[in-house]
Amino acid sequence: MSFQMMLMQLAGGMVKSISIFAWTLIFSLPLGLIVSFGRMSSNKLLGGVVKFYISVMRGTPLMLQLLVVYFGPYYLFKMHIGGAYRFIAIILGFSVNYAAYFAEIFRSGIESMPKGQYEAAQILGYSKNQTFFKIILPQVVKRILPAITNEVITLVKDTSLAFSLAYLEMFSITKQIAAKETTFVPFIVAGLFYYIFNFVVAMVMENLENRMKYYK
Amino acid sequence: MNILEMNHINKKFDKLEVIKDISLSVSEGEILSIIGPSGSGKSTILRCATMLETINGGEIKYLDKQAVRTDDNGNVVYAKGDKMKNIKSNFGLVFQNFNLFPHYSVLKNIMDAPLTVQKRDKKEVYETAKDLLEKMGLSDKADYYPCQLSGGQQQRVSIARALAMKPKILFFDEPTSALDPELTLEILKVIRGLAEEHMTMVIVTHEMNFAREVSSRIIFMEKGVIVEETTPEKMFNSDNQRTREFLGRYSQL
Ligand SMILES: Nc1ncnc2c1ncn2[C@@H]1O[C@H](COP(=O)(O)OP(=O)(O)O)[C@@H](O)[C@H]1O
Ligand SMILES: [Mg+2]
Repeated sequence: MSFQMMLMQLAGGMVKSISIFAWTLIFSLPLGLIVSFGRMSSNKLLGGVVKFYISVMRGTPLMLQLLVVYFGPYYLFKMHIGGAYRFIAIILGFSVNYAAYFAEIFRSGIESMPKGQYEAAQILGYSKNQTFFKIILPQVVKRILPAITNEVITLVKDTSLAFSLAYLEMFSITKQIAAKETTFVPFIVAGLFYYIFNFVVAMVMENLENRMKYYK
Repeated sequence: MNILEMNHINKKFDKLEVIKDISLSVSEGEILSIIGPSGSGKSTILRCATMLETINGGEIKYLDKQAVRTDDNGNVVYAKGDKMKNIKSNFGLVFQNFNLFPHYSVLKNIMDAPLTVQKRDKKEVYETAKDLLEKMGLSDKADYYPCQLSGGQQQRVSIARALAMKPKILFFDEPTSALDPELTLEILKVIRGLAEEHMTMVIVTHEMNFAREVSSRIIFMEKGVIVEETTPEKMFNSDNQRTREFLGRYSQL
């Protein structure tokens, strides 16, 4: 296999890794916010259930969770799996897992907001929704961005766990080529790809953080 | 007609009775100051009046409209929905620690609520905000963020923010106690200016000379009750033992 051929194949895997990354963020960030509401709910039952869900997501390996999401429907309902469901299971597994982490970050951010911001908004007549989305959330985002950045960078590396469902993202392809061609080169190239991916992500996040530096 | 009327207000935090059967009223153009030792319930009575706290008994009316009442079974019933929204639009509150929105510029702090809450015309709100900034001596600070301002400037912005809503009555909870002496003076000057325009105000303060000079009436509170309520002249020449002790302590400071 030519080096160029190898690069092409790895790049194809990279695109799939990026798509896992992007879809996971698109679903898990809003889901995490909703989960954090459940966690902070005054309803004890709801709060307890959500707390349990979060502790399971954080207390068991993501790879195991992916296997459960993928093979669960087959063992439980004899549902046909594979095909399109493979990718759906990956995004579902990743999103549900990352939502738990994001939920805890959102919660700590929301709980760190001074009561005075809510009171000022209340006196000025803002509705609950307006208060949350206009006054509270933007400030929470600024506060939690460093913690979010950490998770997002971990996610870049975690995308490789999709190999456990035999999904041909970059990591799986790397292993395949390395085994077939008995060469070490794909590992180096894959490492470089991941590194650049992370570098770009870190830059984007830093840019976001800088944009919010205009106030304290 | 009274702008604000509070009748037989009770407020408890768990078992602790903080406001004990307090009644007070404020008519148009009046300036009522509330003084008293710390922990006597001054903030709490303002917070009850502005619905930041839920009362345990009594009645609150703005312009004869009932915001909250206590029924025959002792249940406290608050007005709801649009009625409550309407009632709330009558008052503003200036906090001790400003509570400006740090992510909004000075101008946006002032303009946002009139636009989003009151849905007023953008041009009109902008003109109002500009006028208020000028009045507060902050015309050059419209595009600044709160973190770039001194405490006194922040408090002036927060007064402008409250005034932009065109309230009929404005509450101040120790508006100067987070400020240095010089900055205190600039806030007192602003409030004096509002007094000259006959703005109806309720002011909780430890600035005794200021209270004496600006108020139409002063309430002296202690341990959740009104000890004395009278004109500044009478208050500062009071025969009441506790009033004298309290004022005496302050004049020694
Ligand atoms: N949210 C609260 N929970 C419990 N106790 C409170 C709360 N707010 C105030 N208090 C108590 O109520 C009393 C009156 O407080 P406050 O109205 O702040 O007094 P002041 O403003 O006159 O200093 C104090 O004993 C205070 O500890
Ligand atoms: Mg107080």
